[in-house]
Amino acid sequence: MTPETMQQLIDLTYIIAVVGFILALKWLSSPASAMRGVLIGEIASGMAVVATLFDPQVSHYKWIIIALIIGAAVGIPLGMVKTTAVPQRTALSHAFGALSAAIIGIAEYYVGIGAHNLSRFQMVEIGLEVIIGSLTVTGSLIAAGKLQEILPQRPITYKGQNFVSLSVLCTAVILMLILVIHPEYTHVFEAMVGVALVFGVMLVTPIGGADMPTVISLLNSYAGFSAALLGLVLNSKVLVVAGALDGASGFILSVIMCKAMNRSFTNVLFGAFGQLQVSAVKTEQKPVRSASAEEAAEMLNSSQLVIVVPGYGLAVAQAQHKLRELYDTLTKRGVDVRFAIHPVAGRMPGHMNVLLAEADIPYEKLFEMDDINGEFPQADIALVIGANDVTNPAARHDKGSPIYGMPILNTDQARTVMVIKRSMNPGFAGIDNELYYLDKTLMLFGDAKVFLTSIVKELSAVHA
Amino acid sequence: MEHVDLSLIFVFILSGFLGVELIKRVSPLLHTPLMSLTNALDAIVVVAAIIIAGRHETRLSTTLGLIAVAASFSNMVGGFIITDRMLHMFKTGKAKKQ
Repeated sequence: MTPETMQQLIDLTYIIAVVGFILALKWLSSPASAMRGVLIGEIASGMAVVATLFDPQVSHYKWIIIALIIGAAVGIPLGMVKTTAVPQRTALSHAFGALSAAIIGIAEYYVGIGAHNLSRFQMVEIGLEVIIGSLTVTGSLIAAGKLQEILPQRPITYKGQNFVSLSVLCTAVILMLILVIHPEYTHVFEAMVGVALVFGVMLVTPIGGADMPTVISLLNSYAGFSAALLGLVLNSKVLVVAGALDGASGFILSVIMCKAMNRSFTNVLFGAFGQLQVSAVKTEQKPVRSASAEEAAEMLNSSQLVIVVPGYGLAVAQAQHKLRELYDTLTKRGVDVRFAIHPVAGRMPGHMNVLLAEADIPYEKLFEMDDINGEFPQADIALVIGANDVTNPAARHDKGSPIYGMPILNTDQARTVMVIKRSMNPGFAGIDNELYYLDKTLMLFGDAKVFLTSIVKELSAVHA
Repeated sequence: MEHVDLSLIFVFILSGFLGVELIKRVSPLLHTPLMSLTNALDAIVVVAAIIIAGRHETRLSTTLGLIAVAASFSNMVGGFIITDRMLHMFKTGKAKKQ
């Protein structure tokens, strides 16, 4: 076979792969067809990789095979993590994705410089690609570190942060512009990569845990677009398509997360987010009502509709399986149990859904905010487990609150509100929650897993 | 004025719009698997990494290419495994009883 025929066969495989990618995303529209989507994605990617190994440009196989084996050896355990660790795994995979895109861009730059055939247009593409890729690498690593709690989850801020961060980003862009005029200044290129890496750190350090869903989506989008830009550099359509699809996905998710937190998208694009200026307001000791597991069990037993509001605390306490036991017990007694999922509940888009699905809670019991908010007035009990800011009524009326305007779950409209919480410490945004002081609210103090266990135990003691 | 091939920019814009339309239709229920799946698909960067590593142009480009092969292939393998695992968890009430 001539190299030309081979190349055409490979290109044909890439076209088929692209169709596979598009179908994979199309079939992800519903849980029923989603498995088929993953399968076709796997086949498409596998075909593309195998076809590439036959590329006439590839002459040495030994090291490539070793690199593929190392990749698989790292990837398999990363694919087997617990569902509670999915957010940090995702952040890490954004870092890996961006790393490969960035270093291929770097390799292309040096090869192009060596051969003296780098056009200005290519230099712009490589420059943008390497800047976005590099900042995504360090940004994602910081995000993963925060999610894994190696780094502090609290936002780290200082005065004039936005100005400093933007100056650093501008420096990277200016260095790129110098390179467009003088591509041969390799030390300028190295400086540009370094500045972009620093900017990635500066972009994510000020972000608090509660803003992680937005940040992860944004980093996803950056990782995708850097791959698409790399496709432009390398003249590879399959990369352009896959990168653009990934970038668009991250972009849409960022927009959804922004809307769910009532932040403008420009605000996020310029990295000026996550900086809820928390004034350490000393809240006077307001009285709260608390209840025991026994009392809670009795009330749950005699109710008709219970809406559970899960949050990140559920994942931290690993209480999803206990929650399923509660769901089973109550369902058997004829109680209608539903789950209200706020778009930013947890640490990444859809985090709560995966957690509850893992515990075998049927997905038709999981409701999005807009679909269930009207049901709260009919609910006998709203049971809040590990969620905080997304239930705070202050978002509706308190103009001074940092979360004012954020769409919330109307938990306060249920006849009784129960909140399982360790203590009265405010949430990640550091805002006191009015919900806890309502007359209809009962605080159930304790670890979510332990408390749910005792409720289930009490329930089985109560005769239906 | 140097010659600039804009055909790939067309591909980029069209895929971007297609992506937006496709992803809007994905159920919010599946947003986490969506992110891990797009991550796995994005790992197709591995094909570019294989070419860079396989061309053997300079020692630097080969080394960087090999690191990129390992990094992106780990995303491909890990991304598909975890997406598959998560989607297996989503069951309806009827399926659960069976």
